[in-house]
Amino acid sequence: MRFSGSFKNFRCKTVVFAAFTAITAALPLSAQVSLTGAGATFPAPIYTKWFSTYQSIGNVQINYQAIGSGGGIKSVTEGTVDFGASDAALTDEQLANFKTKNGHGVLLFPTVLGAAVPSYNLPGVSGDVGFTPDALAGIFLGRITKWNDPALAKANPGLRLPNIDIVVIHRSEGSGTTYTWTDYLSKVSEEWKSKVGKNASVNWPVGLGAKGNDGVAGLLKQQPGSIGYVELTFAKQNHLAYGKVKNKSGEFVKADLKGVTAAAAALKEMPADFRVSITDQAGKEVYPISTFTWLLVPEKYSDATKKKAVVGFLQWAISKGQDSVEALDYGRLPKSVIAKEEKQIALIK
Amino acid sequence: MASSTYIADTLHRPANRSFLARLRGGDEVSYLLTLAATVTILLVVGLIVTELWMNSQPTVKAFGWHFLATSDWDPNAGKFGALPFIYGTCVTSFLALLIAVPLGVASAVFLAEMAPPKLSNILTFLIELLAAVPSVIYGLLGIFVLVPLIRAYLVPVLKGAFGYLPLFEGSFYGVSFLSAGLVLSIMVVPFIISVSREVLLAVPVEQREAALALGATKWETTWDIVLPNASNGIFGSVFLALARALGETMAVTMVIGNTPRITASLMSPGYSIAAVIANEFAEASGDLYVSSLIFLGLVLFGLTIVINAVARLFILTTTRRGGG
Repeated sequence: MRFSGSFKNFRCKTVVFAAFTAITAALPLSAQVSLTGAGATFPAPIYTKWFSTYQSIGNVQINYQAIGSGGGIKSVTEGTVDFGASDAALTDEQLANFKTKNGHGVLLFPTVLGAAVPSYNLPGVSGDVGFTPDALAGIFLGRITKWNDPALAKANPGLRLPNIDIVVIHRSEGSGTTYTWTDYLSKVSEEWKSKVGKNASVNWPVGLGAKGNDGVAGLLKQQPGSIGYVELTFAKQNHLAYGKVKNKSGEFVKADLKGVTAAAAALKEMPADFRVSITDQAGKEVYPISTFTWLLVPEKYSDATKKKAVVGFLQWAISKGQDSVEALDYGRLPKSVIAKEEKQIALIK
Repeated sequence: MASSTYIADTLHRPANRSFLARLRGGDEVSYLLTLAATVTILLVVGLIVTELWMNSQPTVKAFGWHFLATSDWDPNAGKFGALPFIYGTCVTSFLALLIAVPLGVASAVFLAEMAPPKLSNILTFLIELLAAVPSVIYGLLGIFVLVPLIRAYLVPVLKGAFGYLPLFEGSFYGVSFLSAGLVLSIMVVPFIISVSREVLLAVPVEQREAALALGATKWETTWDIVLPNASNGIFGSVFLALARALGETMAVTMVIGNTPRITASLMSPGYSIAAVIANEFAEASGDLYVSSLIFLGLVLFGLTIVINAVARLFILTTTRRGGG
């Protein structure tokens, strides 16, 4: 009796074991391709939305870490991620560095448009403050120290600006928003270009440093008379007060999707490698501190399934994916740029 | 059974055998195991220091020890100097200790000597919970609660009473050495209280009884007998607190203002070593930039050792050894 009992037990066990092996053997058939990406924090919200939508369409699971543009460039160069993301176009040096480290090049794909806006805390002032390029440069260089400075008063005849100190707030960590902001200031001010320059992290002449858009917003809220720069999407979603900037054509433009799209449309010639800065463009309703943000995709993939997944995602992102960007306050890519990108997708091997 | 065979065995072995020959015994094995554990820790520390040193070579070659004396930090232009960060780290940590040590030791005295045991246990439990709060939470607490309070209540008082001192001159913009020092002091107080209380409780009860029997009051016993007895442990807790304060990253970077500057005024924003590494390392590109940040890490390491050594020397030479 004991023997038959253990025999039944044994048969039971083999049935369970066989079922288990069958299930685990079947699992790889339904496994998804998985990709990893890292980079800019600015487009992180739209990328997260895209990746989750695309997971069911293309059967690809994409993990994205928003560690900053510089981190994205570094990771994709060292091959620790499958693609990177950056708000700052790669310099010649970074492109060459990628080529020496990997043997092939890296391609830049613009995905969405964004902007950096001057946000401030001015109690008792109703109406948007207008900033000329010289005023912005002067404020961030530390030359203009009071809100009722003649340079600001002249540009804002209808507003009574108070006689309080301007407290400048900038980003303490390296950031694509800083790159866009300093890129614009370098174009409109020779003094800024020689003294400070443009980079994701610079030696600020004046101001307090805060970490992240939320750090800047936190300091802005607490300190009356403060001014800082934040991303347009962040300002809109958190209902921050921000001002108008005078563009190259002389108009004072308050940043919004129209202004950002106009800045991209005003671009005369998009270079073949898509490395371009759209700050300080001339045109109607152009917002002068706008920028593309790019995905950094290696030219060659050793894994064919990964390459297929990346290509599929890119094709979706620049076509169907663009429909969901405006809901999150990002600018759509112009059609001419999309057409050019489709040609570049073919270059991925 | 086993013990008698062991004893029987040892009768056949001479007492002055070599270490290896004695290795079959429990004592030698435990010695080796605990030695291995200690050596592993030291090896890890040595490895960290070696890695830091090797990876900071580009900066050492470019600037040498001059790096520690220059104030220029310009990643774009390739100029790096560590002085503002060393200054900021030292100022905030010392300010933190200045506030936390009296507060912490006084609380520990209350909890160990004065409070009824039940109250003492409850309060100690709550205070030790403070040590478990993540430092980002302290940063948020600093920026949303402490800074407005400091701006509204503390700064007017300080400026009114001591405004003429260079220590308190200049405008206050919320984030500053003062705010960072205050947040740090709240963070290190639980360490001081918790360890000091344990040490005070460990003072032999005979010492207290002897003092009371000689006619001392409760306070005289505490101040003249118990505290000196426990002083070694209390200094140990202060070093622990100092180590935490020197290395604290997130809470400091949120309230210090992140501006590399050397001024005497506590009202001005500043920067600390841990804050600059946390802020700039992820995006740093270029050998010189990265190696400068790594060298800063090594400098922090060295700073901790130097401050610890100086403080211990000071204590050795000024207090009588033999307490506790």
